[in-house]
Amino acid sequence: MSTVRIPPVLRPAAGQNKQVDVSGATVGEVIEGLIGRYPNLRQQLLTDEGGLNRFVNVYLNDQDIRYLGELATPVDDRDTVVILPAMAGGAG
Amino acid sequence: MPKSYTEILRDLRASVPELSPLEVELALERRPDTLILDVREESEWEQGHIPDASFIPRGYLEQSIEGETTDHDRPIVTYCAEGIRSLFAARTLQEMGYANVASMAGGFRAWKAHGLPWKTPVAFTTEQRQRYSRHLLIPEVGAEGQKRLLDSKVLLLGAGGLGSPAALYLAAAGVGTIGIVDFDTVDLSNLQRQVIHTTERVGTKKTESARTAINALNPEVRVVLHEEVLDDSNVERLIAGYDVILDGTDTFETRYTLNDAAVAAGIPVVHASVFRFEGQLTVFVPYEGPCYRCLYPTPPPPELAPGCSVAGVLGVVPGIMGMLQTNEALKLLLGVGDSLAGRLVIFDALDASFTELRLRRDPACPVCSDAAREARAAGRPLPIPAAAGAAPAAGQPFVLGGRGVIA
Repeated sequence: MSTVRIPPVLRPAAGQNKQVDVSGATVGEVIEGLIGRYPNLRQQLLTDEGGLNRFVNVYLNDQDIRYLGELATPVDDRDTVVILPAMAGGAG
Repeated sequence: MPKSYTEILRDLRASVPELSPLEVELALERRPDTLILDVREESEWEQGHIPDASFIPRGYLEQSIEGETTDHDRPIVTYCAEGIRSLFAARTLQEMGYANVASMAGGFRAWKAHGLPWKTPVAFTTEQRQRYSRHLLIPEVGAEGQKRLLDSKVLLLGAGGLGSPAALYLAAAGVGTIGIVDFDTVDLSNLQRQVIHTTERVGTKKTESARTAINALNPEVRVVLHEEVLDDSNVERLIAGYDVILDGTDTFETRYTLNDAAVAAGIPVVHASVFRFEGQLTVFVPYEGPCYRCLYPTPPPPELAPGCSVAGVLGVVPGIMGMLQTNEALKLLLGVGDSLAGRLVIFDALDASFTELRLRRDPACPVCSDAAREARAAGRPLPIPAAAGAAPAAGQPFVLGGRGVIA
């Protein structure tokens, strides 16, 4: 099981969980597994074609999967998958 | 048995090697780690000294040398005005176990007579010496670093949650010019986190309120107020001449507009954003690390990125993130440490944890890739895909991919 770190903006769609353990051999399978459990996340993470939305970054441990093997990047049981959406808040 | 001054001097010369200024210069070339130690009085040091020399007046030598070096094998050359006091100083160092000490014959006068380089140290007023004394004590800051801060210009985008602590600490640090871009007035709901403002100043302009607080803390800081909303039409003018920009804005439009202009102008942006109990922080140094568009090529839909006024934020979170931004800004200005360029830190206040992620330059970035840079230099900037938060044509409203953003 890999640990997926859910960012605060997505927690309402993920049962308010901060971390979710999901099994899967690739980052894509882990994300699909996560969406299987929390279907409302699909629209927020993936495009209609099943690719990753460009306003969401996914890291395997500390590495951006865009520079690894995208969603096909293999995942180990002890890996952490970090979802990082853009945040704008600052001044207000 | 008592000794005369002449006898003492003779004994000293027998035990302390002396080097001529030219030999000292040669020694520095061979061993750049040689410690050149000026043991004169402060008033003499202020008239000029050897570049890169350390300054410890002879009277403080025993108690201060270990703060400078504890390496007993490191070559040390002492000098004074004429080469006498430096002999006494060198002898003291030998007694303390420093094995490789010499004194410069003829002192600073001979050094200058040989036409060797020297410089005048930064002059501070008595008040500045007191105010910045804790900086002057740190070798990585010191007089040179403090002078650099005093000559620096930092632009704050927003005098809000992130900008409040940043403005106060930049002012305290003696950053000479602080520019503030903000169009808002102080609201009671700001005061839960925007500590630069006060209850008394509710209803006044944030820029004015911030200037009052900054100058109350440090009257010598020049505060430049920009009561404008940063947009495509004014961004180049607003950021021109600043050394570092702290991005504490609240919307994606502003962040993209700022990014594109800052990359083109070659100005580093210290970026932070906050949401409830979390903050993100990184530094965008043009061409050295990724830019904002490399990280987020496309803004999220508004429902995924509500601002603080919608989502709320624990007041201390922008405080912490604004302070971390200030830390990065000061490091950039001083040229010390490792900046967060290429790294992003997520702070989780509930866990009190920091998660660090590696960021990379996008080789296809329309703003900071090598191709984009060359195109800009040739006067033909690359077009930015509309879906990627493109700058609209002049006169058109700013809309990101057809979606508005909650401010």
